[in-house]
Amino acid sequence: MSDSEIKAMVADSEPPIFEERAFTTPVKLSEATVAVVSSASLHHAAQEDFAPADVGYRVLKNGNRDYQIGHWSPNFDVLGFATDMNTVIPLDRLDELESQGIVGKVSDIHLSYAGNQFDLSAIRMDSGPAGARLLKEKGVDIVLFTPV
Amino acid sequence: MSTLAHVFEAAGIATIALGSVRKQIESVAPPRGLLCDFPMGRPLGKPADAEFQHRVLKHAFALLESEGPVLEEFSEVVDCDAAEVLTCPMPPRNNEDVHPVIDEIRGLRPAYDRGIEKFGNRAATGRTLGVDDLESAIESLIRVAEGTPWKQAGIPGIPSRVTQDIRGYYETAALGLSDHIPSAWSGTNWFLDESEAGKLVLAARAAMKESGEKRPIWFYMVPGDR
Repeated sequence: MSDSEIKAMVADSEPPIFEERAFTTPVKLSEATVAVVSSASLHHAAQEDFAPADVGYRVLKNGNRDYQIGHWSPNFDVLGFATDMNTVIPLDRLDELESQGIVGKVSDIHLSYAGNQFDLSAIRMDSGPAGARLLKEKGVDIVLFTPV
Repeated sequence: MSTLAHVFEAAGIATIALGSVRKQIESVAPPRGLLCDFPMGRPLGKPADAEFQHRVLKHAFALLESEGPVLEEFSEVVDCDAAEVLTCPMPPRNNEDVHPVIDEIRGLRPAYDRGIEKFGNRAATGRTLGVDDLESAIESLIRVAEGTPWKQAGIPGIPSRVTQDIRGYYETAALGLSDHIPSAWSGTNWFLDESEAGKLVLAARAAMKESGEKRPIWFYMVPGDR
């Protein structure tokens, strides 16, 4: 197994074109509510698993960290997440930064999408904006995206 | 992820996107990107290494100081191409009356249970197949490897999902056999190269490819570089 070969394989997917690059000036990190959005198809054990080519997202409760990975792609290492959630969704680290006053607050919810997408249009036009609206309504100021 | 960063930023949320594939993060160019040369599946780099994870986060959050779009590269690399070869022992043959893969699966059950007890089931082994259903799945893959069309072989689900559950069982067993957290991909390599089950999955996949089955049906049964 070669990580570099896997990366080379996925590198050639057609990138979406953004004619305008949005840029939001962040609030101060020490006053910000921070959420994580992962593409690892994470979900709670009791939640609906991801389907093949699932373009939706799952809401992850910060207070219940029983997340499981639901990827259909075999092209990633599983043991990092299996042994330490923070390898993919670093909530224990964010808790520590919050307790030190470096981060204002860890969000009550986080999101996960499925990263193994061939057509990004639905995520770009539909479930992506919906997820952003939800986090905005929940007072999230900053999102850390973690790819899997 | 970088695509979603553009979408979230447009909604008024400041974002930082980690990325492990240089060409992707450079071409999609998220508003704030941090290229981390880490193995696929480990975006924070190292499991159970809080100091390392904090260094990644410190660099990521420092990008918020930029007054415009920014893409930087994390200075530390986690290279796994030349990493460890997992040397977990396979169980000895116990019952000559059953297929070697069935015998192997039964022999690894205590190690699997230890892996679950130690780390839980975050890898969600058992999404399609319960552990007790593995043997019937193996029997169906034996039939595929011997030439039976997969739709007639009784595979209990979509082949790629079934084989992911088998892989998950073995990698969890590896956690039960190992005294440390294995480096990225070493569990997968151990499964595919050292176990009878891994060799069977590869043989079944090859038989499906050879018989002209559609590529998506067989290709995703194992990582794409195989």
